[in-house]
Amino acid sequence: MAAPDDIAIIGVAQTPAHDCYDNTEPTLLMAVVNQLLSEAGLERSDVDFTIAGSCDYLSGMPFAFVANVDGVGAWPPVYESHVEMDGAWALFEAWLRLQLGDIDIALVLGSGKSSPTDSRQVFPLQGDPYFTAPLGFDPVSYAGIQARALIEADLATEADFAAVVARSLADGATNPNALRGDPNANAAALLAEPHLSAPLRHHDVSPKADGAAGVLIARGERARQLCADPVWIRGIDHRIESHHPGLRDLVDAPSVRLAADRLDLAAGALDVAELHVTHSHEETILRRVLGLADTTAVNPSGGPLCGDPVMATGLIRVIEVAQRIADGSAGRGLAHASSGAALQQNLLCVLEGDS
Amino acid sequence: MGRPCAVVGIGQTDYRKRLDVSLDGLVRIAALDALADAELTFADIDAVVIGKAPDALEGVIMPELSLCDALGAVGKPIHRVHTAGSVGASTAISAAVLVESGRYDTVLTVTYEKQSEGNATWALSGGKSGGQGAGGTFAPWIREYIRRSEAPDHIGWMVAVKDRQNALRNPHAHLHIDDISIEKVRESPMLWDPLHFLESCPSSDGAAAMVLTSADRVSLSPHPPAWVLGHAKRTEFSSFPGRDTVRPQAGVECAEALYREVGITDPRRQIDCAELYVPFSWYEPMWLEGHLIADVGEGWKMTDEGATALDGDFPVNCSGGVLSSNPIGASGMIRCLEAANQVRGTAGDYQVDGARLALGHAYGGAAQYYAMWIVSADLEPDLG
Repeated sequence: MAAPDDIAIIGVAQTPAHDCYDNTEPTLLMAVVNQLLSEAGLERSDVDFTIAGSCDYLSGMPFAFVANVDGVGAWPPVYESHVEMDGAWALFEAWLRLQLGDIDIALVLGSGKSSPTDSRQVFPLQGDPYFTAPLGFDPVSYAGIQARALIEADLATEADFAAVVARSLADGATNPNALRGDPNANAAALLAEPHLSAPLRHHDVSPKADGAAGVLIARGERARQLCADPVWIRGIDHRIESHHPGLRDLVDAPSVRLAADRLDLAAGALDVAELHVTHSHEETILRRVLGLADTTAVNPSGGPLCGDPVMATGLIRVIEVAQRIADGSAGRGLAHASSGAALQQNLLCVLEGDS
Repeated sequence: MGRPCAVVGIGQTDYRKRLDVSLDGLVRIAALDALADAELTFADIDAVVIGKAPDALEGVIMPELSLCDALGAVGKPIHRVHTAGSVGASTAISAAVLVESGRYDTVLTVTYEKQSEGNATWALSGGKSGGQGAGGTFAPWIREYIRRSEAPDHIGWMVAVKDRQNALRNPHAHLHIDDISIEKVRESPMLWDPLHFLESCPSSDGAAAMVLTSADRVSLSPHPPAWVLGHAKRTEFSSFPGRDTVRPQAGVECAEALYREVGITDPRRQIDCAELYVPFSWYEPMWLEGHLIADVGEGWKMTDEGATALDGDFPVNCSGGVLSSNPIGASGMIRCLEAANQVRGTAGDYQVDGARLALGHAYGGAAQYYAMWIVSADLEPDLG
């Protein structure tokens, strides 16, 4: 049962993952905010705190996030903040903020338009500017090295990666928000395709997309008043690993293990896990470190491999789990979000229903 | 709100152009300085909160990913805030929330900018060359303030001189202009009428850091704490018909929320000193009015009468302020930590005698983002 001051998700919304959305990021956000408020029966003024996650570099414009405020709504003035991180980290801060006990309702957003960006050209700038960025060390190349390390350590095969993609594409075919899906996806056929960043193939890499997502969270009694089936946030923890590839064990994810331990993840069964898998081999690593049972449905939405609206993708993992708990198809679930190359930074969020 | 939180460590780099250190080195100097002040080590830190202005200023996307090693954050949470120019103060507030939530006991918070590795005016113009820069945005609003308030021209020059004189007492300050004078400010080139070159902030490098902790851990650090009595943030749209750009409503409501939380009813009398975000001279009187310290039209008179000088009744920017050092992403945090320095009695040669309650403030974007906090030497101060 929930304690009086527990925090719950009381509403979720996401746009479809667009290949190229031909309007602005604020309009994506506005659709999400309007849906959240109308479904919850709230006015903008009922929201006590708003926090968004986005990345200026996706649109190539410093202060791009300022324009997003136009879509979020800020008149009369609002109590608001912004993280240059996936919306899942905005949820982390909002969840902490409500625990101070003086306010009840927070609006959490994540958004991004990847279509103006060649991410393999731009995202090497995530590397430190002196040693790694000048190498053009992009996330897909980094992922290829990590996938290779898994194979060399006898922890996976290319067929395993293809199996992840085939299952994801089949699930993605049932998700109206997915950018791609294929009910007939077949691992053997996928394996016949050429490498992109060996041993990864084109389909092993998430398709970058334009999109936005949001959740409303509320505290204690207010959550019950506003929502018949609140989804309680049992805990959120996030951890980072070294930036230097040479200092990391690429086949392991110690930051995920630390977060899972702190959340006491193993204390109960997980019905569902939505993992921020932007390269298929990452599922292999995460499953092993998290110790997921065969009974846990992994990425039933198809996951990021079927649509990756960067900066909203992590928050969408939370949404997909929350929806399955709210509709009763799952009781306890895990959402995972990640940032940086090769799972450098990881966030875990444990969600539960009332029963 | 939440459980009590205090500043127990403060660290700053010097704010001159720092070609001698990398970004990693810059943030680590400030972090180690703050930890040394708190007599703690990285091992005592439960989470790190980092903030800076746009990533494009140095061309590093999500720099928390590459700075986590230098900040001892490996294996820990590192959280990244970005709210335009107000980000330094927003970051301090986010760090305080981590402690106040009860989930994290001791938090290291670090902000920085290294303007020498980028082009701030390019970035501040939305990534376009030949932009008007921040001064070009604010100058028309300043002219409107002068028109409404009928303030004399010399007010801006006075602020520019006072803050640079204060900076001569602060070894971290970027600008040390020994012969600063009204004449020197007035005769400096006009950049954006009415703002002269010497009425504008410099382009600085630097990092600022604080260690925040919960009440039960304050005694682990030997120096006096600065209790975070309250904080507030407000945001409004950057432009819409009828927007008051001289005294933005978000700034007024931010101050109201903050004073209400702390129990301040007469800010000029109850607050001992303030660090206000004044990147262009005229913003001193504009924020005195915009944050309810002076009545509308009266802020410039406080400046004119010397009330905001180091020995005045409401000293503002005793550290030299943004006019003397502007590592953009850190500038808001510097306001917050200099307020803390004053109430801890650690402000050195720019200490305000007997300061017990101080205000730290930052604003950003098109004067649309506000973040403010009040710190005190006392957890339960006598506000009488």
